[in-house]
Amino acid sequence: MPIVIARRLLGALPVLLGVTFLSFLLLYVVPGDPVQAVAGERYDETVLAEMRAELHLDDPLLLRYGHFLAGLVRGDLGNSYVTREPVSERIAETFPKTLALAAAAMTLAVIIGLSLGIIAAARPGSWIDRGAMAMASLGISVPVFLMGILLIYFFSLQLRLLPPSGYGGWSPRYLVLPALTLAGASAAMIARMTRASLLEVLGEDYIRTARAKGLPGWKVLFVHALRNALLPVVTVIGNDFGSYLGGAVLTEKIFAWPGLGRYTLDAVASRDLPAIQGAVLVMALAFVLVNLLVDLSYAWIDPRVRRGRG
Amino acid sequence: MKALTRSTSFWIGAGLVLFFLLAASVGPLIYSADPLAPDSEALLLRPGGASPLGTDALGRDLLARVLVGARVSLSVGVLSRFIALILGGLAGLVSGYFGGKTDSIIMRAADLTLAFPALLLLIAVVAAFGPSLFTLFLALGVLGWAPVARVIRSRVLVIRRMEFVEAAHATGAGTLRILFLHVLPGCTGTFLVLFSMGLATAIIAEGSLSFLGLGAQPPTASWGTLIRDGFGYLRTAPWLTLVPGLVMAMAVLGFNLLGDALRDLADPRGLPGRTR
Repeated sequence: MPIVIARRLLGALPVLLGVTFLSFLLLYVVPGDPVQAVAGERYDETVLAEMRAELHLDDPLLLRYGHFLAGLVRGDLGNSYVTREPVSERIAETFPKTLALAAAAMTLAVIIGLSLGIIAAARPGSWIDRGAMAMASLGISVPVFLMGILLIYFFSLQLRLLPPSGYGGWSPRYLVLPALTLAGASAAMIARMTRASLLEVLGEDYIRTARAKGLPGWKVLFVHALRNALLPVVTVIGNDFGSYLGGAVLTEKIFAWPGLGRYTLDAVASRDLPAIQGAVLVMALAFVLVNLLVDLSYAWIDPRVRRGRG
Repeated sequence: MKALTRSTSFWIGAGLVLFFLLAASVGPLIYSADPLAPDSEALLLRPGGASPLGTDALGRDLLARVLVGARVSLSVGVLSRFIALILGGLAGLVSGYFGGKTDSIIMRAADLTLAFPALLLLIAVVAAFGPSLFTLFLALGVLGWAPVARVIRSRVLVIRRMEFVEAAHATGAGTLRILFLHVLPGCTGTFLVLFSMGLATAIIAEGSLSFLGLGAQPPTASWGTLIRDGFGYLRTAPWLTLVPGLVMAMAVLGFNLLGDALRDLADPRGLPGRTR
């Protein structure tokens, strides 16, 4: 197991480096002079040149990337063009709120998705199965922002059960709707995957053996089949974490949730490139790390991966 | 073919897709209300009467706007899909056919593209280059290359070893000839599935970015901008948001179902999704 972990970590290193390089390029390739954009027209040439030197703008590409990496290691993501504050401070403030939202969403998605998938697979072809899968098809087809708007419309404006937007820490009153918004599509995806892989596993010989020796149906389903059917489901969870982060931009905008997504949007609105760069970089790094964890959890769930190819 | 005509998701999907393609192409010709003309006498009208779907805060006819919005949303989706399929298809073809160093470089590049949360990368790129419908469809197309390349590559890996490719080699056909006349046609089904499924994703992405103000700019109407405009009136005029929203979801559902059915046909074992 430690060897598997070490190998996966090493394998992720080039991707991590690549992600930092691409995020760095984002600022580099942008048309126009960033210093001009920040300073406006009030500053004279010497001030501009000073700023340029401070930002290493006249250095060659690779040297600038070196500066960028060195800063990154120290936790320095540069200063905002707009407020001049360090970008890293604002990210440290907003990112935990986004993670809280993503964690709540993932929990909901797994609970809803697994239950729907198991119910559907227990009686394939029945009306419960058809109903659950039709719901899943719909769930996948409703864009995140639309899901959010529909939830606000029904639960806040029509039924008046929950506040339409705002932030209240871990208070479920504010957390439920944005978390459900993010969870919708991946709950649907998890339901489909669970059903499909359960049905595949249920056709295997060892399941027939378990049934033949007289085990009750629920025990075969939950104890024997589910564990082996979980692998593809874990993949979906890992993949969807990226969409939670992307979706968080939309969800946080709709629900006025003060996380990293909204910070990104504010930065986009004011063309605050270091802020955009920092936010994208942090979210991409988080995404890569989560995928790494998912990879490692394969080894934990499936002994074949642990002993075999690794 | 029989399997296809027996599948319910194919019929529903194809029906929806056909309906939306018709609505986008001839809809604005049949329903002649001006989608851009404000009317101060008809602000925020409820659906029904002269404006079947109501009017917005400037008195513009919602049905007319949804119809021209369909043109914008669908054409951004289709064009960006073509870019993604051409770029990703070429990359996957080269990667799968030649293997070795070329393959691993291309696949690492794909890994890297996919290491970013897709929507976030799209937002960053569009923001950096200046928000417009043109930037959006270009970015959507270019960034969409990676998943296409992966899928096409794995298909090419299978085809490459088939006998007819070997036979083409034996008759002395050149590499380019084999790639484009023998290997590429074998990927047609895969391309169709990728087109249909990807179109659903592209419509969502266009809608999302337009909703954030990073896509179509006013007065151009796309489904995303309609939802954005309507959102402020959710309490007083909910149809302004709900109508374009449901229209968009139905279109996405149509392309998803069609893609599902095509995929089941291409691979009866059923990849993610329904098994039967």
